[in-house]
Amino acid sequence: MPTADELAIVGLSLRVAVVSVACSLPFAVAIAWVLARRSFPGKTLVDAAVHLPLVLPPVVVGYALLVLFGRHGPLGRVLADWFGIVLAFRWTGAALAAAIMGFPLMVRAIRLSFESVDRRLEVAARTLGGSRLSVFMSISLPLALRGVATGAMLSFARGLGEFGATITFVSNIPGETQTLPLAIYTYTQVPGAEPQALHLSLLAVALSLAALVGSEWLARIARHRRDDDRG
Amino acid sequence: MIEVDVEKGRGAFELAVRFALDAPIVGLFGHSGAGKTSVVDAIAGILTPDRGRIVVDGVPLYDSARGVDVTIDRRRVGYVFQDPLLFPHLDVEANLLYGLRRRALVERIVEPSRVIELLGLRPMLRRRPMTLSGGERQRVAIGRALLAQPRILLMDEPLSALDLARKNEVLDYIERLHRELRIPIVYVSHSIAEIARLADAAALLDRGRCVAAGATGEVLGRPEVTRGVDRYEDGAVIETRVIAHDTADSLTRLAFAGGELLVPRIAAPAGAAVRTRIRARDVALSTARPEGTSVLNIIAGEVTAIDRRDGAMVDVRLGCGGAALVARITRRSLGELGIRPGQRLYALVKAVSFDDAAIGRQ
Repeated sequence: MPTADELAIVGLSLRVAVVSVACSLPFAVAIAWVLARRSFPGKTLVDAAVHLPLVLPPVVVGYALLVLFGRHGPLGRVLADWFGIVLAFRWTGAALAAAIMGFPLMVRAIRLSFESVDRRLEVAARTLGGSRLSVFMSISLPLALRGVATGAMLSFARGLGEFGATITFVSNIPGETQTLPLAIYTYTQVPGAEPQALHLSLLAVALSLAALVGSEWLARIARHRRDDDRG
Repeated sequence: MIEVDVEKGRGAFELAVRFALDAPIVGLFGHSGAGKTSVVDAIAGILTPDRGRIVVDGVPLYDSARGVDVTIDRRRVGYVFQDPLLFPHLDVEANLLYGLRRRALVERIVEPSRVIELLGLRPMLRRRPMTLSGGERQRVAIGRALLAQPRILLMDEPLSALDLARKNEVLDYIERLHRELRIPIVYVSHSIAEIARLADAAALLDRGRCVAAGATGEVLGRPEVTRGVDRYEDGAVIETRVIAHDTADSLTRLAFAGGELLVPRIAAPAGAAVRTRIRARDVALSTARPEGTSVLNIIAGEVTAIDRRDGAMVDVRLGCGGAALVARITRRSLGELGIRPGQRLYALVKAVSFDDAAIGRQ
């Protein structure tokens, strides 16, 4: 059985991953829709910027976050002074790091599913009196729901495993920013703590499997909703 | 009343269409690539012209001179596309009510129950579009467009994806809803049969231009139509009236400006107006009134024009007391009979050449 400490680590990891997905999902949906449906100057640039965390070393992303959102960074100072939000060395910072790292995966999956929605359905809905927003909410989004679920799951799984950007940005503080991968890493650095490392690793495998099963289940529900009684 | 005057340059294809027609059902006719869909897209607001004016029943929807461009969702134009484009994640009822729910209460005139009855949709309300047949889907699409409370209904080749039986089924429904609801319809087709059966007035498009507009019979009788479009289907369209039915032989006697026609029995009552199409290839010519022939319809007329065509065929146009007929004969027959403009001839039309597709009910 997992110990109280281990459960706390798992709980923190879940909190970080869930918050990162919940906060980044609306932005990901908006950007995915814009990339799928709009053409504008600089679209390639936006596309590249979204994909950047996928190709950069995570440590570089973490360092960039530290520079921007640190207590004395340009964005970090504004957040702290105006809203009282501090991200550096807090679990919320870990959530931001996880969100940034998972963002490209999320956007890709959602964008693909928007692109597979027949544009003519949206045009038909417009002729029936739907405003742009109402057509998006009633046609485009429901038809792309499967991709949204997949994207959220991918980002969630990526967030659970996030290491490089997190440790660089918010360090490795037990109880605050020490998520599952960081805890495993810490144990491997301590002589004689292999059993704990193994135990936590098994927990990580179980969590990842659960996420995978969950995403399959969501996808099946979405498929079911779309073509219920086919045949 | 629908006024269209639009210009749009799109690379190699240039659209410059202008017509104004006042009829319950307006046909937009021409072969594929003529610009028919571009015109209805412009009416619906899907395609923005470079310049022009679109007015439906006195309401300006687009006017480049005055900066009017009503957005798609505010145009109240019902659009039935070639494909039904039903929303796959909604059942039939939710599809039908999609537009209705997005209109203000004051704009709601067409009742859901009425449309559901009219189009026979009651038994399928809970079903998903996936499970419907092609004809059923197109009926739902028509109902959905009607319930969005349109000023005008645009139908862009709504039958093209259907087989013949389904086509006739949906055509019957279109005729019926038009009689009952009195919503003006713009009906796009490249099929002479459909235009002749449904449309009261028509515009003929060719390579992005409107080459003729007016009463359907007149427009379909134009040489541009005969030239190539639908070489087995073209011919004359004449307005007739049912005189009587011959029950014993199962025939119907029709009166038209040039005399009488005998056709296989139709369902219309005596006195009913019936639009009839006589294909050019179904008309034979004779210089003398033939004796001992099985052909039931022998109509006297005078040659008004001879249209040379490529290959073996020529089209001879006849004036028959106010009605126009077209006969397609071989170049050889033309020469052997010595047919020339002004000559009096007899047009021979077999009664069996009139089928369901050739006779419209009104």
